[in-house]
Formats: sequence, structure tokens, C-alpha cells
Amino acid sequence: MAKKTQVSFRINGSAVDVLVEPRELLIHTLREKLAVTGPHIGCDTSHCGACTVDLDGVSVKSCTMLTVQCEASEILTIEGFAKGGQLHPLQEGFAAEHGLQCGFCTPGMITRAYRMLQENPSPTEEEIRYWMSGNICRCTGYQNIVKAIQYAAAKMRGEEVQSSHPLMAEAGV
Amino acid sequence: MIPRPFDYHAPSSIAGAVALLGQYGDDAKLLAGGHSLLPMMKLRFAGPGHLIDLNKIPDLKGIALAGGELRIGAMTTENEIIFSKLIAEQVPLLVETARQISDPQVRYRGTIGGDIAHGDPGNDHPAVMLALGALFVLTGAGGQRTVPAAEFFLDTYATALEPGEVLTEIRIPVPAPGSGSCYAKLKRKTGDFATAAAAVVIRLDGAACAAASIALTNVGPTALLASDAAASLLGKRIDDAAIAEAARLAMAICQPAADLRGDEDYKIAMTGQMVERALRIALGRCRA
Repeated sequence: MAKKTQVSFRINGSAVDVLVEPRELLIHTLREKLAVTGPHIGCDTSHCGACTVDLDGVSVKSCTMLTVQCEASEILTIEGFAKGGQLHPLQEGFAAEHGLQCGFCTPGMITRAYRMLQENPSPTEEEIRYWMSGNICRCTGYQNIVKAIQYAAAKMRGEEVQSSHPLMAEAGV
Repeated sequence: MIPRPFDYHAPSSIAGAVALLGQYGDDAKLLAGGHSLLPMMKLRFAGPGHLIDLNKIPDLKGIALAGGELRIGAMTTENEIIFSKLIAEQVPLLVETARQISDPQVRYRGTIGGDIAHGDPGNDHPAVMLALGALFVLTGAGGQRTVPAAEFFLDTYATALEPGEVLTEIRIPVPAPGSGSCYAKLKRKTGDFATAAAAVVIRLDGAACAAASIALTNVGPTALLASDAAASLLGKRIDDAAIAEAARLAMAICQPAADLRGDEDYKIAMTGQMVERALRIALGRCRA
């Protein structure tokens, strides 16, 4: 067995040190050592995007990264989105537009959508579908995910937003 | 799925990577974006004793224009290619290709050098490199050498890289002004390898074809340069008959392996379709 290495990085703003074998995958360190269980293991083959985290300003699938590669990195997961009890516009959008059913893909979806909106604050529907294509949802058929991201994009641009769902709109969400 | 144990090395220079390769030999693997190698290690199809990570080497990054060539560091990622204004202006074919590779997360990690050096006939850059007449800079303990794409791909997972060498830079001659190009790829779904794909670069002199190159993805043990198909277009007006003939000649060199994407006949037929599609689109992009 290869010797363990100490790796230091920041996760959701907090500095952490972990002791890992070189072969340990980032998703396992996050979930098992750091109890950051928002990123999920869906396929474990870098296809589904459920394990997506934001690493040094890009979206990566944490099942296909080694923890030892993350020395001095800055990592953001779904746990880092809500601030002071206030949901992030993407979290609010996914709720308001019913962008999830079972919710398994949602942390990865939101984390990926966050990076896309940093790069392109006003994506078209086609651009959203293209740049979100690394995340698979088996429940929603994607329509409401697209709406949720459009809702969040509008809110992040400072525009007025309202759910397209009639009952949610009536309830003032 | 967890890989076999290995020692991890993250050199900060090309010389450091070459020295580690020399030290550990066959027991070492180079890690680029990791989206081919790590899945193979997780499945235990690969089990190197030493992993040499190239991600911490600044000299392997960068995109520059020099002497009529686009010079791209081997560790440049697919998304860096997609976002590069310089590449979009000089070799838009490369942006079109990168946009069709896998999915956004994989493109943030996956590199042009890894895609080429892996020697997988299903990867997309090899055929595009053949069509563009690219040169690869290989760096070893004895220094650098330059190998044309046409001499690099030897067999499935086998390339002209010698033990101890690292692919460090890709040099692409900028196509002559007015050239048109296209990468047409048939895939079943996002993230899949090509069922068949064709890269085309053409240039016109008046109505006649003055230069042409055609290369094919995933229909042989390596990417294939369809030289006869390209030669058949020279001096001719690229009309329906000329396009059909070029597609027929390209189909004639295909040796696809049957798999879940289709049987041999289907893949050969789709190669013909991709050649026709790429030629028509490239023709529309030519400027006199």
C-alpha cells in the first residue's frame, strides 16, 4: 500500500487537511472523510454528473479526480451555496420551478449551473441544454431544470422573478 | 471502484516529468486530464505503479501564434480551446471539434495532448490533426523531436512516442486564407465516442478544388487519413458527383469494429454520410 499523503485545500471557505492514499478519489474524501455528502455517487464512471463540484473555477466530476490532485485548491459544493439562512438564487429557482423530483442529481445540477452562469450570465435555452449536458436527471425530463436555471439567471442579473408554476405564483413564490 | 495503489508524482517542469518517466519506465503512466486513464485504473484495466501528473507544469499550457503555426501546449483543455478567440479566428475547425467532445465537465479536464497521445481511434483530435497536417513536439531525455500527425498514430493505443518521451506541444499550420473546414460527428448521445466522424479541410481556386484533406474517426485501428478520397477532389468542381465519389473512396478504407454503436456495414455507411456532410459544410465555408 502506498504511503498516505497530507493534502490541504479549502472547501466551502474552510481550510481542511486530509490524510489520503494517492488512489483515493475526491468524491470519497468529500463524503467519507469530510462528511460533505451533497455531491452524490451516481454512476462512478464520469457520465452522470451527480458528483460535480466546483474546483478552482471549473466544474469537475469528483469521481474522476484524485484527492492528491487538489493540493491548495478551492472547492465549492452545494453545502456552500446558502448564505445566512438565505437560499442561493439557483436553490430558490429549483424549488420555485420544480426543477427536481427525487433530488439525487440536484446538488450536481446546481453546482454545474453555478459555473455556467459565472461564464455566461444570460444563456439561451439552447446554451443551457448544451452546457448542462454533463448532468443527467432521470426524473424531470429537463424542462423544469432549464426553467429553474433561467429563473436563477434572471434573479442573479437583478431582474424580477416569478415561478412559472401557477400555484407557486399564486402563493407568491 | 477504486484503483490499485500507486505512488503519485506532480513534477513542476517538463524536465522533471521526463526524469520521472526515465526513472520508473514501464511502471509509470502520465496523467493528463485523467478522463481515459482514471476510469481504466478504476476498472483495473490499468494499474501503473507510478502516476506522473502533468497538471502542475505551466510550460505545457498556452495557445500562441508563431510563424504561421498555432502552437498549443499539450495540457490545454478542451474548454480552453472552445473559449479561445485566437483559435476561433485561426483554426475554427479545432473549436468545432472540441465542442463535440464528451460533456462540459470532461472538457474542463480533458486535454488536447491527452486525447492525441492516448492513441484511441475513438478520440476526436487525431483525425482532425491528420486533416490539418499538424506536427507534434515530443520531448525526451535527449531533447525534442517533431513528428507529423501522419506518422504518429501506429495502431490502437500505439503511437510514435518512445518510452521516456512526453507529447509537449501541438503545432498546427494555419490553413490558407479562404479555406473551409468541418468536423462532422455522428454520436448516439452526449458523451459518447463517434459512431463515425469525418474531418475535412478544403480550399478552392475559382470553382475548382485546389487543396483537400479528409480524415476519419473510429472506423479503423487508428484515425485514418483518406488520401485517395481527398485526391479525387483536386482540380474538380466539388459537385454532388465529386462528393459521392470522395465518400465512396473514404468508405473503401474503413475497417471498423462492430460494437454497440453498430455493425461494420452501418459504420461504413455512416462514414460516407459524415464525409458528404463535412464536405458540403466545408464548401459553404470556403471564401474565394
